[in-house]
Amino acid sequence: MIPILFGITLICFIVINLAPGSPATFQEELSPKASPEAVEALKKLYGLDKPIHERYLNWLKMVVTLDLGKSFVDGRNVKDKIKERLPITVTLNLFSLLLILIIAIPIGVYSALKQGSLFDRALTVFVFTGFSVPTFWLALLAMIVFGVNLGWLPISGIQSIGAETMPFHERLVDWIKHLILPVTIMSFAGLAGMSRYTRSSMLEVLRQDYIRTARSKGLPERVVIIRYALRNALLPVVTLLGLAIPGLIGGSVIFESIFSIPGMGQLFYSSAMARDYPTIMGILIIGALLTLIGNLIADIAYFIVDPRIRVKRDV
Amino acid sequence: MFKIVLKRILKNKLALSGLTFIFFIFFVAIFSSYVAPYDPYKINVYKVLTPPSKEHPFGTDELGRDVFSRVVYGARVSLEVGFLAMGIAIFTGTILGAIAGYYGGWIDTIIMRLVDVMLAFPTLFLILAVVAVLEPSIYIIMVVIGLTGWMDVARLVRAEVLSLKEREFVLAARAIGASAGRIIFKHILPNAIYPVIVAATFSVGGAILIESGLSFLGLGIQPPEPSWGGILSVGKDYITVAWWLSLFPGVAIFLTVLSFNLLGEALRDAIDPKHWAED
Repeated sequence: MIPILFGITLICFIVINLAPGSPATFQEELSPKASPEAVEALKKLYGLDKPIHERYLNWLKMVVTLDLGKSFVDGRNVKDKIKERLPITVTLNLFSLLLILIIAIPIGVYSALKQGSLFDRALTVFVFTGFSVPTFWLALLAMIVFGVNLGWLPISGIQSIGAETMPFHERLVDWIKHLILPVTIMSFAGLAGMSRYTRSSMLEVLRQDYIRTARSKGLPERVVIIRYALRNALLPVVTLLGLAIPGLIGGSVIFESIFSIPGMGQLFYSSAMARDYPTIMGILIIGALLTLIGNLIADIAYFIVDPRIRVKRDV
Repeated sequence: MFKIVLKRILKNKLALSGLTFIFFIFFVAIFSSYVAPYDPYKINVYKVLTPPSKEHPFGTDELGRDVFSRVVYGARVSLEVGFLAMGIAIFTGTILGAIAGYYGGWIDTIIMRLVDVMLAFPTLFLILAVVAVLEPSIYIIMVVIGLTGWMDVARLVRAEVLSLKEREFVLAARAIGASAGRIIFKHILPNAIYPVIVAATFSVGGAILIESGLSFLGLGIQPPEPSWGGILSVGKDYITVAWWLSLFPGVAIFLTVLSFNLLGEALRDAIDPKHWAED
């Protein structure tokens, strides 16, 4: 874990220092009249006059104490900027993950049970569609159909204008309406992967001897499927869930900018456009940290649901 | 082996249609100046945002340019980025994976740690950061997509090399004093080529998806250069008035990526000896 964290900071730092010219020269471009003394002062302010390894160590010291520096754009603390955006992004991603689980697992299990049926083949088509469709395009189409033509759902933001004055339940409905499109579209690609994975994992388990044993001792099929097969089939799915997190977080850049959701993805996008290096670095690190936390949670969940791992540790 | 794989793919209807479409897109990309009815850069202020018609089957965009011609030219960009990014990813992944698997020890540890670190980043974040820091251009996009997509290939090749390097023919080669480079490139990698080809096929589709996403965000191929993602990005701005801008380029991306994925899936089945008994 620690070497990976170290590697993450190193790559962030390398990426930002790929820039031809420093942020100071960038500000110079903005105002060509800046005197050499002013540029020097600016460089000193951002610590750009020091050699690169020294700058990395200084920056690392800051990051370890969770100080991500100040934004070039508005001079606010990057940490505060991220903190106010993060909850929306995490909420959206959690909802998507939940939706993926709720839909993908029953679909995967059912099509494994009915291998080769029409439903199973339809799932294959859906999986290929999910893997091949550009999700931002899907978002555009959904906006045209449900937002523009039918007018059922709002197509941008997370609340209507004046939502603050609404009573609580109306505000909740308003909020949910705004989330339906983004969350559904975000789940689409993951849905395809997860249901296919559940299907193959389930097929694998159904071939096992203990399933035959359970059936032959006369257990009802429902018990065999749910208590015996499903529990084992879901183990690898837990791991996949952890692996799906970087994709979801990365996708939030695209979805938040399409649906104008003021989350971390949108902040990242606007910082990238404005070359706000401290914010870019900060979000890169937070994104990687979220991935690591996701994997950690998946490992812990695996530990809880799979008794074999606990036993192995004692041996 | 090659003949069996080819035979199995030609028997698979889905793979065949994918392959046909890939040939078709290649044809369109190579001969785009003949296929496109109009100059994709030609601005016509009298024909701004006209819906699809006989003269303009995909309509016109916000500057009166013919969308069909722009989609045709966009095929070039997508295929260029798709194949070159795939090449970079496969090359990097194969070399690093082979080195890690062959030498083992601390070299292996360092390379595989690098894989873990790279996998911890949300790919799109990393790509966007690099593209934002450097000026976005088609070459930078190819290189960045390639350099953020090699990790799976490296793992795959490493696993293949690990299982191959203890085999008799490799031990024999080592016994007669062949150099490490010769053993890796002449004896081990040719035997690991098929899974790499499968990964390569999928990664072309993946790279095209990422490129279109970047262009859609305005950090990929820069206008006026025609690209599928770029047209969609304009489509978003005119979403309430010009649905055709949002529809056709997306269909092009979808069908192209789908074709590569179908072909990749068929290749994976075809090289899997488990399926051979069915013949």
